[in-house]
Amino acid sequence: MAWQTIDRLTPVVDEKAPPVLSEAVREKIRSFFPRYETRRAALLPALHVVQDALGHVSKAAMKEIAEVLEIPPSAVMDTLSFYTHFWDHPKGKKVIVLCRSLSCQVMGADRVLQEVKDQLKVEEHGTTADGQYSLLTEECLAACDHAPCMLINEKMHKRVKADDVAKIIKDVKNADVTMPRSHLFDKPAAAAVELPKTSDVKEMKDA
Amino acid sequence: MAKYEPVLLKNVGVPDIRKLDVYRSRGGYASAKKVLTEWTPDQAVEIIKSSGLRGRGGAGFPCGMKWSFLPPDRKITYLCVNADESEPGTFCNRVLMEEDPHQLLEGILIAGFATRSTAAYIYMRVEFHEQFHILQKALDEAYAAGLFGKKLFGTDYNLECYIHRGAGAYVCGEETGLIESLEGKRGWPRIKPPFPAIEGLFRRPTVVNNVETICCVPHIVERGVEWFKSIGTENSAGPKLYTVSGPVKRPGCFEAPLGLSCRDLIFGDDYGQGMLEGKKVKGCIPGGLSVGVLTEKELDCKLDFDDVRKYGLLGLGTAGAIVIPHDADIRHVLANITRFYSHESCGQCTQCREGTNWLYKIAKRIAAGAGRVADLDLIVEVTKNMGMMGGLSICGLPDGAAFPIRTIVEKFRDEFEDHIRRQEPGRVEYMIKHVNPAAYELPILGSRSVQAAV
Ligand SMILES: Cc1cc2nc3c(=O)[nH]c(=O)nc-3n(C[C@H](O)[C@H](O)[C@H](O)COP(=O)(O)O)c2cc1C
Ligand code: SF4
Ligand code: FES
Repeated sequence: MAWQTIDRLTPVVDEKAPPVLSEAVREKIRSFFPRYETRRAALLPALHVVQDALGHVSKAAMKEIAEVLEIPPSAVMDTLSFYTHFWDHPKGKKVIVLCRSLSCQVMGADRVLQEVKDQLKVEEHGTTADGQYSLLTEECLAACDHAPCMLINEKMHKRVKADDVAKIIKDVKNADVTMPRSHLFDKPAAAAVELPKTSDVKEMKDA
Repeated sequence: MAKYEPVLLKNVGVPDIRKLDVYRSRGGYASAKKVLTEWTPDQAVEIIKSSGLRGRGGAGFPCGMKWSFLPPDRKITYLCVNADESEPGTFCNRVLMEEDPHQLLEGILIAGFATRSTAAYIYMRVEFHEQFHILQKALDEAYAAGLFGKKLFGTDYNLECYIHRGAGAYVCGEETGLIESLEGKRGWPRIKPPFPAIEGLFRRPTVVNNVETICCVPHIVERGVEWFKSIGTENSAGPKLYTVSGPVKRPGCFEAPLGLSCRDLIFGDDYGQGMLEGKKVKGCIPGGLSVGVLTEKELDCKLDFDDVRKYGLLGLGTAGAIVIPHDADIRHVLANITRFYSHESCGQCTQCREGTNWLYKIAKRIAAGAGRVADLDLIVEVTKNMGMMGGLSICGLPDGAAFPIRTIVEKFRDEFEDHIRRQEPGRVEYMIKHVNPAAYELPILGSRSVQAAV
């Protein structure tokens, strides 16, 4: 539920700790600036970049993102907490996302879910003790023709049968098909528009 | 009837079609060149207007008309391409981006020119990993060939195009939710008016269009308005991608003129090819989850912008059919649907946040074998009091929730009552005592203070 705050247990940021974002990550975030009229618009790409680099977006990382974007840290927290794809605490190396919407359900997603739980001994939205796997359920992944389907990091597994779950998971474990999480590491962009001055925006508003 | 020649999917199966030169060798980017070098933007808007192209994103709003709402004296305009596709049962945008990325890019060029946009943002849901890489590669190639950027086709027109990835929220498909999300905020839909055409992204005039709508544009330019109008029915011109999923022999994405019947979509040889061995149809949700359900007897419903309403549905939606098999427990189907909306409500409006959540709670209870017949009335009651159509909420999500939930309860009422009658005796009392007393204290709205809104 997007409007519920889930986590109040993460400790507050240690002011003396060294920064968590490397210069490369900061540079990557800055490369998104020319795309948009405001810095804040680069927040979603920035969160993706940081989550790719660190695996999650900690409170400290949020603060540093806020610095780079020159917005209040609360704005970062506000946005992050809305989206299911961003997490503020560590998840497993491989994130399994199972679809639970109607097409997949009538094709047997429940049984697949149960099988994954049994195989990995993990609950929904939980992480295995060894930190290898996290299990999430999400709404329709727009692959209903392949129902029931399951994303493991970036790879879509189609028409998953309960009997195949063990094999798929084992495959991912042994053969190295670990994929990077959604990475936005494409080329930096040219400027979209000559950035208008703030006064310009106001003018248009008044008109 | 002559066999239908696909338009939007005409390049499917052509080897290497994702590459620019292959796409070009099949006449690609000729339409864009024609529009940019020979037409004025207003001319292009006029053409799209007269073609009768209606938005494919769900609302069916006439596309040319939307473009003509932009204020004429604007300096900066943005084009947002809605590739958020998260309506359950829908995947045609995914297929378009996978199979023919340059078709979309060409459409963006023309739509961008017609609306005099300075930048185009493709808002893509984050779960589209493979599709993102495909489209980004195509975009890079187009940039390298000078198709995007500055001075396109030797004219003075400049257009930048970016892919912006979402982060998993259904409301970000709503056009103002999408805009908020693009601005780096929570995807909270805005109160309208002002409509995006007047004040959208970064408070500039903005056009939001679905991927499939944009993909139709180059074909209208290439073959003309009359040709486009000759496909489909009178009020619903043009080709449409239909998708079908669930226990059918050939689930997938198929192109047909608007007005295909739901039965054909499921059983037609060119489409779903019938049900899997041993499965029968109980019902079908023909247009993405939000439009409502058809029973087996109603399958002859034509899927266009008008006919669906005769069957009590919200509209055409995205034309993504979900087939519900005869052996599915209708109570679980209801619980699944209500869960979706209660999970995806963004929580701004009380009616939507509470309404969808209570519907889920009631449905869960019924599914747990502790329903009451009065619960069914309660569900219908709640769905009538939470939508945008009744002026009670900011965006259309609760309307989209109301239709499937209400139609499923109304059309399958006998089945629900049957289940409730055969429930374990004492189950309701047990739940009241031990599980959630509060949930059963709900008054059954007999004499309502709130007027039914829809
Ligand atoms: C809750 C909600 C979710 C929506 N999701 C999508 C979506 O995923 N993709 C889409 O194209 N339109 C979606 N829409 C419709 C858009 O608001 C908008 O009407 C559409 O993008 C306009 O494009 P079109 O005129 O080309 O159809 C959604 C609407 C609502 C109310
Ligand atoms: S109607 Fe629902 S989803 Fe739409 S803005 Fe209100 S709370 Fe959010
Ligand atoms: S319902 Fe599972 S991918 Fe659409």
